[in-house]
Amino acid sequence: MDDRPKIESALGGYRILDLTDEKGLFCGKILGDLGADVIKIEKPGGDPARNIGPFYADTPDSQKSLFWFAYNMNKRGLTLDIETSDGKELFKRLVKTADCVVESFHPGYLDSLKLGYEMLRRVNQRIILTSISPFGQTGPYKNYKGADIVLWGIGGMMYLCGDTDRPPVQVSFPQAYLTGAAEAAAATMIAMYYQETTGKGQHVDVSIHASIPWLTMEGVEFWPMMQVNVKRKGVFRESQSGAQELQIWRCKDGYVHFSIYGGVVAASFMPGLVKWLDEDGVATETLRDISWGDFDLHRVSQEACDVVVQPMETFLKKHTKAEIYEGTKKYRALVYPVNTVADTFEDPQLKARGFWGKLEHTELGATLTYPGAFAKLSETPIKMWRHAPRIGEHNEEVYFKELGLSREELLQLEQRGVI
Amino acid sequence: MASEVFKGIKVADFAWVSVGPRTSEYLAEYGATVVRIESRRHYDPLRTTGPYRDNKPGVNLSGFYARYNLNKYSVTLNLAHPKGVEVARLLVKWADIVTDSFSPGVMRRWGLSYEDLVKIKPDIIMMSASLLGQTGPSAGVAGFGLQLTSIAGFHHLVGWPDRAPVTIYGAYTDALAPRLQLAALVAALIYRRKTGKGQYLDVSQLECALQFLAPVFLDYVANGRVWNRMGNRCPYAAPHGAFRCQGEDKWCTIAVFTDQQWGAFAKVLGNPKWTNSPKFATFLDRKKNEDELERLVEEWTKDFTPEEVMKLMQAVGVPAGIVATAEDVYKDPQLEHRQHFTTLSHPEMRAYPHERSAAILSKSPGKFIRPAPCLGEHNYYVYTELLGMPEEEFIQLLNEQVFD
Repeated sequence: MDDRPKIESALGGYRILDLTDEKGLFCGKILGDLGADVIKIEKPGGDPARNIGPFYADTPDSQKSLFWFAYNMNKRGLTLDIETSDGKELFKRLVKTADCVVESFHPGYLDSLKLGYEMLRRVNQRIILTSISPFGQTGPYKNYKGADIVLWGIGGMMYLCGDTDRPPVQVSFPQAYLTGAAEAAAATMIAMYYQETTGKGQHVDVSIHASIPWLTMEGVEFWPMMQVNVKRKGVFRESQSGAQELQIWRCKDGYVHFSIYGGVVAASFMPGLVKWLDEDGVATETLRDISWGDFDLHRVSQEACDVVVQPMETFLKKHTKAEIYEGTKKYRALVYPVNTVADTFEDPQLKARGFWGKLEHTELGATLTYPGAFAKLSETPIKMWRHAPRIGEHNEEVYFKELGLSREELLQLEQRGVI
Repeated sequence: MASEVFKGIKVADFAWVSVGPRTSEYLAEYGATVVRIESRRHYDPLRTTGPYRDNKPGVNLSGFYARYNLNKYSVTLNLAHPKGVEVARLLVKWADIVTDSFSPGVMRRWGLSYEDLVKIKPDIIMMSASLLGQTGPSAGVAGFGLQLTSIAGFHHLVGWPDRAPVTIYGAYTDALAPRLQLAALVAALIYRRKTGKGQYLDVSQLECALQFLAPVFLDYVANGRVWNRMGNRCPYAAPHGAFRCQGEDKWCTIAVFTDQQWGAFAKVLGNPKWTNSPKFATFLDRKKNEDELERLVEEWTKDFTPEEVMKLMQAVGVPAGIVATAEDVYKDPQLEHRQHFTTLSHPEMRAYPHERSAAILSKSPGKFIRPAPCLGEHNYYVYTELLGMPEEEFIQLLNEQVFD
């Protein structure tokens, strides 16, 4: 099963022990994509994150969670109860040959098991322990309970999203945990580089909360610059002059995204759009006459902004999302379909680049199509090495073959509920 | 003192706007020498995008640009000038990593494609970050993360089921790509240490962003389901949302997942009668009557500030948090405890707090020691000191407008 060409993957030869739950699974997945041997360690019976939907064939079953499949691809899997004394010993033996442990328990939990950083360091002084938590390992909120929506909110992202007359919103497929896990992957790589060059391990403390303000891009920066709190605008966007520009427009079969830019960007893209509208017979004279390089969003009036509204509405009513996507490429305009997951899946660009990849799930008697590599690395391509592990799938491979436990010991530990 | 992790690693950063610069900013935070190659003829768009310090536009006054370029050097270089390309080749020779985020084909036209770079520096690592990748029928499509957020399928998933989708603030996919790019880039550095080989990284922002929706795509592929937006609802929690609090546009999130949390939640409210009503007795009951549940929760939260709700709920183990404004983020006690903001003094923007990345490394912490560079601030230092260009040559090239 382990058919990985060790050296042609960027992180071939590195081993990561993954103790995370849904807060951190994506971190190990990223490192696994880059070729590390990531071993997901879960409690006997399976990790609670296996109960997160959606499920294959809509069948809630801990072996059929599509959430689990997505974020545990490219990992192997062991069961181990690290709360038992035998489990602790086995875990320490695994730590000896590992480069990094990633966990997302409540801060202090591993210390309480005597498996915290100081303890792991005694087992393997090179070890990196990456701890992912809602608010961080120390500080006034360290014991606060996180939830994806809570972190999205307190990190400053939620306040900026949603209709003005309703509560601010999260993304319906929540994003805060994934953001924290991606930050953890970046930070772990930084620590691994340091380990590689100095031989030193360390404790990496990742706060999901602290990873969120970066999602606002320049959003939070309005505070130190101007003492302004940007507010959510629903389907609108506010230009620097205060004019409201519609961003989400209805078209024949759904919605498209378009907003007016000013200056250099407008000069590059608006003439194409005006030409397109003109050929479609909906451009007005006022629209044709605008010198887009002089269109300044810092000064533009609401009236000037609205000059596109009526022609755009007439135009969009006639066309489908697919037609608009084709046209926007042809005319170099900036009108893009608001894709559903089905639209994105059919995107010819993704198909042409071979983005989607297939993995056979013999246990389901099915082959599933997955989002593929996040980057194309010429020497060390990211591959779909393996599907997410079934519960305890690699117990034998690791405990029996690698750690040299006897069959009898393996059986005994299973009966004790250790593995 | 600078962080020592990437000490000695040199980055020639031809990338602009946010995705490339944010990626190289991680490297700069952890000690790499990062030189932004800019132009006086085509400003980095972030230099001409607000927010500006005190709302006064200026190429050295954009907080947006500054946010993405701490600890870096800035040079200006005119790549339309043949001698400009020669200087770019010197930068490549100096560098371990070259990044760019131009439309596919631009670097090639300048004679700075990966194949060209390898001839100058055989073990170079080059990363091209683009919207849709370097290959494929739409490779040259123009746009920004704002549009890509629509293409990726995010916008369809934000807002309320009875209304049009709303946008995610900012260029959301721009914010997703850097962390993955950084992981890949450092992996490439490690691989180079082990094998002596550099490589080329073709990163599509769309392909990075879709990782953040992977289960939604699997649900489509396996079950034919097309996800729709659902406000703040969660299939396995209730109540779960943002609730109006005392004050203008003040909100607090509350998320109740378990029976135990429901009991604790009700207790905080003083166990009002409705919490014991059969309508809300079980999770399924609360789900069935969620509209009414949300109204009742808000009846209670509206008399408290978001901070009060958060503290009362968290004291009994119920996940809750303020819905933070930008000001709240800068004044957050937990972020303050983590020293998440570093005050640096910029020659034109003066002193103000700058945001760090979100991890604390116990033995080799990242550190911002220099504010964002002014445009071309380090021309002399970089060209003469780092590249070793003789002073006479520097002056000559300056006079020939090679550094425009």
